[in-house]
Parts: sequence; C-alpha cells; structure tokens
Amino acid sequence: MLCKRIIPCLDIKDGRVVKGTNFVNLVDAGSPVELASRYSKEGADELIFLDITASAEKRKTLISLVKDVARAIRIPFTVGGGISEINDIEALLKAGADKVSLNSSIVKNPSLISEAAKRFGSQAVVAAIDVKNNGHEYKVFIKGGREETELTGLDWCKRAADLGAGEILLTSMDKDGTKDGYDNYFLKQVASSVSIPVIASGGAGKKEDFLDAFKLADVDACLAASLFHFNILPIAELKNYLNENGISIRN
Amino acid sequence: MIALIDYGSGNVASVANALTELEQEFKITSNEAEICRANKIIFPGVGEASYAIRQLHLLNLFTVLRIVKKPMLGICLGMQLMADFSKEGNVACLGIFPVTAEKFDEKKTKVPHMGWNDIQITKESKIFEGIKNGERFYFANSYYLPECPYTTSISNNEINFSASLEKDNFYGVQFHPEKSGDAGLKLLKNFIDL
Repeated sequence: MLCKRIIPCLDIKDGRVVKGTNFVNLVDAGSPVELASRYSKEGADELIFLDITASAEKRKTLISLVKDVARAIRIPFTVGGGISEINDIEALLKAGADKVSLNSSIVKNPSLISEAAKRFGSQAVVAAIDVKNNGHEYKVFIKGGREETELTGLDWCKRAADLGAGEILLTSMDKDGTKDGYDNYFLKQVASSVSIPVIASGGAGKKEDFLDAFKLADVDACLAASLFHFNILPIAELKNYLNENGISIRN
Repeated sequence: MIALIDYGSGNVASVANALTELEQEFKITSNEAEICRANKIIFPGVGEASYAIRQLHLLNLFTVLRIVKKPMLGICLGMQLMADFSKEGNVACLGIFPVTAEKFDEKKTKVPHMGWNDIQITKESKIFEGIKNGERFYFANSYYLPECPYTTSISNNEINFSASLEKDNFYGVQFHPEKSGDAGLKLLKNFIDL
C-alpha cells in the first residue's frame, strides 16, 4: 500500500534556508545541505526547496545547490521558485532534482505544464498553487502571494491536473505560519476533484494537524517547514504518532 | 566497470551519485562500444516512453541493449522500455520482457503512483539479498508492467503490478533504488556484486 508522505519544505534565499510568517519576517534556519541530510536521516519521505532569491545569479546558484543536495541525500526532492522555461527545468532535473515546482509561470503560461509533462513526464511536474479565501471563494495568488489573479482555486487545480501536472502543492495563505492546522475544507475539495496526488501546505502546528489532513481531507502528503527546522516536532515522533493512528506511513 | 547509459531521458545524475556513494567506478555513456565492454550496465530513465525510445534509435542504442550479455539493470522507465510495447505514446520497446506497459486507471487510483510503497518478493533473486520482504521503495510512475512469469516482486496500487523483473542477464525495477535510502543502495550493491 502506498504510504502517505511527510515533506519538509526549505525556503532558500541567497543559498541559506530561511523561514518567515506569511511570506515575510525572514529568519535564518541553516544550511540547505546540512538540513537536507538531517531530514533524510530522520525519515523525511522527500524534500521541497523553494528558492526565493531575486538576484541575477539565481539560476547558477540554484543549480549548484541542487547538485550539492543530490550528492548528499538518497531521497527524492523537488525544486521551485521562479522557474519559467523548459531549459531551466531540464537543467535542474539534470543537476539531480526529481521534480520541479511551478507556480507564477504556469498561471501566465499554462501550456508550460503540458510541455514539461510531455518532455519530462508528469511525475516531474508539480503545480504549486497558493490560495487565499476572500470570504466567499478561494482565489489564486502568484509572485509569492503578492499578486491576486482572476483564477479561483478549485478551477485552477483541475485545469493544472488536466494539463498534465503530476501533483498539486496546495498552500493556504490564510493558514501559512498560523500553526492552527491545514485548510482541510478546501484540501478535501481539491483532493476529491483531481486524480493526481495533493500535498497539503500551510498551517501545520502539531502532530494532530497532520492526522486531520490525512483523515479528513484525504491528502497524499503533508508539508511543513518551521516545525521541523526548529525541531519543535521531530519527524520520527510525528511518524510514530501517525502510524499508531492508522495512517500508512514509512517509518 | 559499470556503464551508466545516458540517452537524454533521465535521472543519470541521481544514479551516478548513488554509485559514487557506493565507491564504484562507472562511466556515463551513450557509446555502443563502451556499453559492450562494460561488466555491468545500468539503464535509468524518467520521462515519456515514446520520446525515450526515439532517443535510443537516434543514438543507435536500440539493438545493442537487446543483445548485451552482461547484467543489465533497467530502472523505472528504463525497465518499462525493456517490455515488448508501451501504451505511453504507443511505441514498440526492446522486447525483453513479454508484456505491455499499461496506464493505471485514474478512476480507481491517484496517477502518478507517487511515493514509498512496499514490495512483496514473489521469486528469489540475488538483487534482494539482505533486503526484507515488505521493504519500502520510492516509486514515481503512471504506467506499470503487469505481473508475468519473469516478475520477481510485486507492489500494489489498486492492482498488483511488477515491482521487479528478471530474465537471464536482464533485471528491471519499477522503483528508484537511487532514491530509496539504504534499502535502495543495498539493491544497487547487490546488482553490482552479481
């Protein structure tokens, strides 16, 4: 039986792991390669690196980071952050990444999903979708949450799946950094509407939150960052808890 | 020396990293003569089947991979390309394993089949030495090879499918040993030690 996955997320800026609340107030959380090795040893199922560097040197440093991480760990990892061209995707996968996460670029150019899926396989293409509830519907935001789009969350998730994305990484901007649980209501809507795996993101604060997302929203994976970076919740403890509560998990 | 085949379709870097960790000498190659000279051949792959087969033809590797006599290990798409036929792009493959790559049913299960799944060993194989039955490996596949007489282990995603196959000097694994932690490294080492 396929296991549910626990995925630490590492936000990268200028080659360091950073963590903020609601995309601001960044604090340094360590070296990406060191953290990646630690998580791999502690039983993380895979890792996601999101590069939020804005400099012109970004592409070069990201590829060198991917190479270093790929040498250090023997579990799969995804890389995202400002990827907008097939050539960039190819370079990152060649450097050793298993998947790329695409966000703003696919809103502007949805055919990038189908092009990438055709060239590298759906399993290499993660559609990262940031949503915010405006009171009556979930709207899609891009550019790290700074720009609202015309798209509604559920429609865009379905479209991304139809275009050939292999997974949806769904981040609730309302929940991100709050530590009061994932947005299980919306996650369930998405997970039951698409036939590709859904990764829950935004809001994890305690182990019960993960159990709820797996049980109530039926997601395939849960992502968290600060809980793991600052060792508030050790991965092994979380996995034991989920296992005891009937979730199929690798531990 | 191990020949690690580079045909523009895949996770060559990841397999190379795993071989480096195992302190093995290897050569990344798409050269027919080098492949023939190697003691072991690793045939990795991620991506789309018809594109990958076209690459093999362009690089003139299609025939040599069918007739090599040294142990050859196909990984993920590499394994599926060793079948007769793939429904992914409807393409004739290498014809080593007498099966057709089928797609998982999206109405019954999430596709791609992505993540860590357990395998049940159905036939003794040297590549599983020291690996426990029920061990979990990392998979990322939308297509699968059905069970056949050459299946050595199965996994389940609504239906049972071949997690590994073996025929003469040809080995195939659907999962990614290079991404499956210590158990994956052990399997690669077993193949290298054949």
